[in-house]
Amino acid sequence: MTLRVLVAKVGLDGHDRGVNVITRLLRDAGMEVIYTGLFQSPETIARTAVDEDVDIVGLSILSGAHLTLAPLVITAMRELGSEAPVVVGGIIPGEDLDALRHAGVAATFGPGTSLDDIVATLERLQTTAQH
Amino acid sequence: MNHRTGRSKWEDAYSESPAAQSHGATQSGVSIDPVYGPDDAEYPGFFPYTRGIHPAMYRSKLWTMRMFAGFGTAPETNQRFHEIIAAGGTGISTAYDMPTLLGIDSDDPRALGEVGRCGVAIDTIDDVADLYDGIDLGAITTSMTINAPAAALFAMFVANAEARGVHRSRVGGTLQNDILKEYQAQHEYVFPPRPSLRLVRDTMVFATREMPRWHPVSISGYHIREAGSTAAQEVAFTLANGFAYVELARRGGLAVDSFAPKLSFFFNAHIDFFEEVAKYRSARRIWATWMRDFYGAHDERSWQLRFHAQTAGVSLTAQQPDNNHARTAIEALAAVLGGAQSLHTNSFDEAWTLPSSEAARVALRTQQVIAYETNVTQVADPLGGSWFVESLTDQLQSEAGQLLEELLEIGAGSMLEGCLTAIDNGWFEGHITDAAYAHERAVQRGERIIVGVNAFTDDSPTPSPPNQIGDGGEALQLQRLRRVRHERNSDAVHHTLERLSAEAHDAEVNLMPALMEASLARATVGEIMSTLADVFGRYHVSPR
Repeated sequence: MTLRVLVAKVGLDGHDRGVNVITRLLRDAGMEVIYTGLFQSPETIARTAVDEDVDIVGLSILSGAHLTLAPLVITAMRELGSEAPVVVGGIIPGEDLDALRHAGVAATFGPGTSLDDIVATLERLQTTAQH
Repeated sequence: MNHRTGRSKWEDAYSESPAAQSHGATQSGVSIDPVYGPDDAEYPGFFPYTRGIHPAMYRSKLWTMRMFAGFGTAPETNQRFHEIIAAGGTGISTAYDMPTLLGIDSDDPRALGEVGRCGVAIDTIDDVADLYDGIDLGAITTSMTINAPAAALFAMFVANAEARGVHRSRVGGTLQNDILKEYQAQHEYVFPPRPSLRLVRDTMVFATREMPRWHPVSISGYHIREAGSTAAQEVAFTLANGFAYVELARRGGLAVDSFAPKLSFFFNAHIDFFEEVAKYRSARRIWATWMRDFYGAHDERSWQLRFHAQTAGVSLTAQQPDNNHARTAIEALAAVLGGAQSLHTNSFDEAWTLPSSEAARVALRTQQVIAYETNVTQVADPLGGSWFVESLTDQLQSEAGQLLEELLEIGAGSMLEGCLTAIDNGWFEGHITDAAYAHERAVQRGERIIVGVNAFTDDSPTPSPPNQIGDGGEALQLQRLRRVRHERNSDAVHHTLERLSAEAHDAEVNLMPALMEASLARATVGEIMSTLADVFGRYHVSPR
């Protein structure tokens, strides 16, 4: 089954080189990718995740505000009934990884992660989520 | 293309430069000329400035070592500025946090988690006063990396300098204020393009008339390149924006030679060494030619492309981060051999955080090693005459020239209209994203090697250094802002914002006086920007 992924930019962070490129690369890998555009609120992202019935949500955060924003998105999604796993790509200091995992982030992708690793992780998360 | 200055003309100019008495020699005592070339070659200091804008280049004046800094609250960043100056930095440059860059206050709900994180939080003129505390604004030049709210921050800056007894005519520095590249690459916009350009026009007119030491726009290719463009696209899009500002200022009633000498540029210093050197050379040549022949500038200073360079943030890796020292040194050397007037070197830790004090000091020391140990400053354009570099310069000129012609055609003869249309229809972003995608595919396939990432990897774990920024001082900044809101005269704030709104409706009025009045009444950046947004509207773009 084709994986449906929502990639999202949350908050004030306008860096979109990564999100533009990953959108195309995931499409190359055969996934259906929906991109929210910049400056989305956690509530809008949650609503889109539900409306589009996506399998996975990928947040791109390069501003350093991941500890604040990722949990807000996850809470908003769960409140609307979306149980889709949430992954975060961007610049995340090692010491923040535990806090993100604790907040429900299923995986993180730092700079230089290979596309193969990203695809494998997303496929594994989809399989796990279905069981 | 051959522009024959002739060596004798250059010798005359050189003999009048401050460097005329200097004697260059290698470490072993071999004597070095200030420039090399056959008698009939092009020489530095002469049109079209391929070889540099001064006859003596670094023999007469080294580049400014301008280190970019900003985090937390204004007093914290002020302390870093003092450290930079004490370490021998010769200019300061402010990085603002995301809320400030987008014109919202620290206590706005959208600012949650972002206050003081990517730069310093500035809400009111009180923060500006703390930011520059103890720094002589009549002596050291400052650079402000801000765009959408540039006019508001500039007004606060000038009002603060004057409140401390430094008249605006004595203040020197640079306002980035390049809104076009925000729509093309960096995405820190607030208003739609046309009203944003009105603010750029107002700051240009104000600075041209009242602030002879100020550079009101720093036309920035850096962010276009960081977003993924090629070197030729960086040159073309940046110069196109520069020409658009020339047309804008002329529409504002300024004669080209009254403001063009105050325009400055900001380019990336990337890792492809010779291409970068050729890039700066081709950019100078195109700018000079177009300014003289297309825009009719007569003053030589209007033809001269002055630029600041910053080493490439995107070239740094979180893996094996010590390798970043080597990358930054090589990139900085390219900027110097390419004739930069000012340079920021990135710290090795910037792949994951804002730089620590120690890392910023090593980055500055890297420039000092190049400036004082390597002897490369003795000769202007030392790579000029290399068949490879000359050919690469011509090729980049030709590629960038084609893109510029295309934009001019899109704008039916106006570069300003060409840029606006190409922003509207996604032309710029399409080009940039295609190039970024091609780069990433090449990395993923191993066709482009990045040491420590897709080659020469080792088992050493990627270090997880501490987050240098902490919580960004959010609580402290909220307290500072609350105090100002409590202390100020809210009637006066209201009154000045009403004036701002009324004047914003009339496109002929220059908004700088109203902005300075609102700043002095201690209106916040967010209040000023929402007042303007009520008149100008807000810019939204849907993903393509």
